Amino acid sequence: MKYIMLIYQGAALERQAALSEEEQKQVYADYQGINQTPGVTPGLPMGLPENATTVRVEGGKTLTTDGPFVGMKEAVGGWFILEADDLDAAIEVASRVPAARYGGAVEIRPSEVYW
Amino acid sequence: MVTTLEQIFREEWGRVLAVLVGFFGDFDLAEEAAQEAFAIAADRWPRDGIPSNPRAWLMTTARNRATDRIRRDRALVARFGLLVADDRAEVPMNATIFPDERLELIFTCCHPALAVDAQVALTLRTLGGLTTDEIARAFLVPERTMAQRLVRAKRKIKAAGIPFRVPPVHLLRERLDAVLAVVYLIFNEGYGGRDELAAEAIWLARALAELLPDDPEVHGLLALMLLHDSRRETRFSDGELVLLGDQNRSRWNTEQIAAGRAELDRALALGGRGPYVLQAAIASLHAETPCDWAQIAALYGQLARLTGSPVVELNRAIAIAETEGPEAGLRIVDELGLHDFRYLHSTRAELLRRLGRTDEARDAYRRARQLTDDGAERRFLERRLTELAGMTDSG
Repeated sequence: MKYIMLIYQGAALERQAALSEEEQKQVYADYQGINQTPGVTPGLPMGLPENATTVRVEGGKTLTTDGPFVGMKEAVGGWFILEADDLDAAIEVASRVPAARYGGAVEIRPSEVYW
Repeated sequence: MVTTLEQIFREEWGRVLAVLVGFFGDFDLAEEAAQEAFAIAADRWPRDGIPSNPRAWLMTTARNRATDRIRRDRALVARFGLLVADDRAEVPMNATIFPDERLELIFTCCHPALAVDAQVALTLRTLGGLTTDEIARAFLVPERTMAQRLVRAKRKIKAAGIPFRVPPVHLLRERLDAVLAVVYLIFNEGYGGRDELAAEAIWLARALAELLPDDPEVHGLLALMLLHDSRRETRFSDGELVLLGDQNRSRWNTEQIAAGRAELDRALALGGRGPYVLQAAIASLHAETPCDWAQIAALYGQLARLTGSPVVELNRAIAIAETEGPEAGLRIVDELGLHDFRYLHSTRAELLRRLGRTDEARDAYRRARQLTDDGAERRFLERRLTELAGMTDSG
């Protein structure tokens, strides 16, 4: 199975900023560990949501707005691709993403072939 | 004992379905094929007699139906890539020895990635063999809603890659607790009078106890449900709620009490001290005359430490009130923050009534009534209020 793993930061960025230097190093090490996990294809590091631009097309007209898509409560903070045997294996990797334990979350989305 | 067709179907449905899901890796295909095989059996067996090995007959027939279907739909399969089990279908299934894969099935159905109502519905459909219509009626939702819930759950199992297996050791406790929670939820849905659900939950727990004979909590849950269920006949009289102390003990089901206690003994012998074992031990003490309230209070104390649940504390308060008097019970109740919980107010009311603090009791009964919409429980509170109407404070 191929999964797209979407990382939401929630309170994680703030809480991680308040950690000791030691603990912050651990967070970086954990992300590095995720990237090196067999089956993981790291996504590119994402910039901040405030630097995002959202594009919609209404009546053939392209509407460009500042910031992330407002239909979502929170913008995606990062992502990676995971090739794993099943959902339990994906849950295990997701639970090791630091954001998940500092008030954020990881959404596991199975990839689907539509065509 | 005569084994009826219905009994065989009931026993075999989950087993046949589990093996087919395991073999083909597809819930819909397995369910359709099993349904066809059972329909053929229902048609033929009464006429031609029951085959010597009904299980093997059902498995083989269902397997053949599924294989036929795959062959017929090969084009479809190729186009949509729906089934990877295609090549596996050519592997012959052992005709006489079938694995029991019901555990794999129940762990799949109760996977935490599925919504709880979907877990419940899937478990009843696949393990319990209830029809969609029966489940819909038991949960008081339209059949269409229940059908959609089942379809969505089966689709997610496949799309999200929920595994068909008994979880590895490090996940087992947590996942088994989820399974037990589903079974207990089914039982509690049935406790309000829908008997078929309570019976179904007990049946499921029996199957689990057979599959996991060494897990104390499984036996604890089975014991708990048997002991509660033994009082079913006496919980209501002419549609009105009867409290434990006022129930006609001669009408309790002694056979079920004995069976429940045997399960409890087994759980204790296995070293069980988990939440279901403790609750079963309490239920067992409740079935004794006179009740050992001190022991019950001690067990609620253990349970409260284990679960941290204020509802358990409320129950402990009731037991304490029996041994140390209503005042001591009330002290515990007033420490609890369960302000919107109707049983907190009905318990307070009862304790205040016993203390002769009639005005306060009346207020508490009113508050409980406000929070209660269930017919029999509400009428019970109204009876209490009528009894208190003519009284004045004596406290």
